[in-house]
Amino acid sequence: MADFNVNLRCFESVSIIDVKGYLDAHTAPELENVFNKLLNEKKFRVVVNFNELNYISSAGLGVFMAYIETMRQNNGDIKFSNLKDNVYNIFDLLGFPLLYEFYKDEKEAINKFIEQEKS
Amino acid sequence: MNQLNKNFEKVLIIKSTTENLSRVREFTRQAAEECKFSEDTIEKIVLAVDEACTNIIKHAYNYSPDGIINLSIKVNNDKFIVTIIDNGLHFNPELVPEPNIQEYYKQKKIGGLGMYLMKKLMDEVKYSTLSDNRNQVVLVKYFER
Repeated sequence: MADFNVNLRCFESVSIIDVKGYLDAHTAPELENVFNKLLNEKKFRVVVNFNELNYISSAGLGVFMAYIETMRQNNGDIKFSNLKDNVYNIFDLLGFPLLYEFYKDEKEAINKFIEQEKS
Repeated sequence: MNQLNKNFEKVLIIKSTTENLSRVREFTRQAAEECKFSEDTIEKIVLAVDEACTNIIKHAYNYSPDGIINLSIKVNNDKFIVTIIDNGLHFNPELVPEPNIQEYYKQKKIGGLGMYLMKKLMDEVKYSTLSDNRNQVVLVKYFER
């Protein structure tokens, strides 16, 4: 069984998704459900914390690609934080760092949203 | 120079469900570990095989869970060869355009990423149709010297 867990928290106006384990074609729908819930609630500022994610395949990457544009059109974004090197390398291989924001720490990503809100 | 001299072949036969992807990864990882690849290379091979099987489940079998995927790993002195065979719909990799991430982002278009990754992660990726009409994809990684 693929071991994957997704958890949703919030800090002020920012939603934080913690992903854990293995994100593949089998587990990606669980993550989609969380994004759908955020869209329904009109929450467009999202930080995904990858601290406990060990593995990602293109099915997982596709989930972010499917939602990020909608978030951005609504003055939000999906920002990525705390990636392990092996997981970051896959994003990098596909050129994601040119288009998406990556942070070492979740707090930096949250602060970026809060600064944008103030300006 | 890799001192590995043992040649072996292992086979895994699974049904075409995404639930089985974790078994595919475990099977591939175990074989790659026996070959003493670096952790970085093991992860690349495992991901490439996951992507190949995911494509078969999605495109060849269109998520029908009753298809068969036959995975074999053959190791000889200089190569790690993964052969994956299915009985599903034919798949022409030439029809899958190389993704441009900028365009993808604009068009919200997803797909073709798996194929792109496989080519980046492995030394060789070859698609063919066998004489009995089954589809075959062969992924090759050379041993690090």
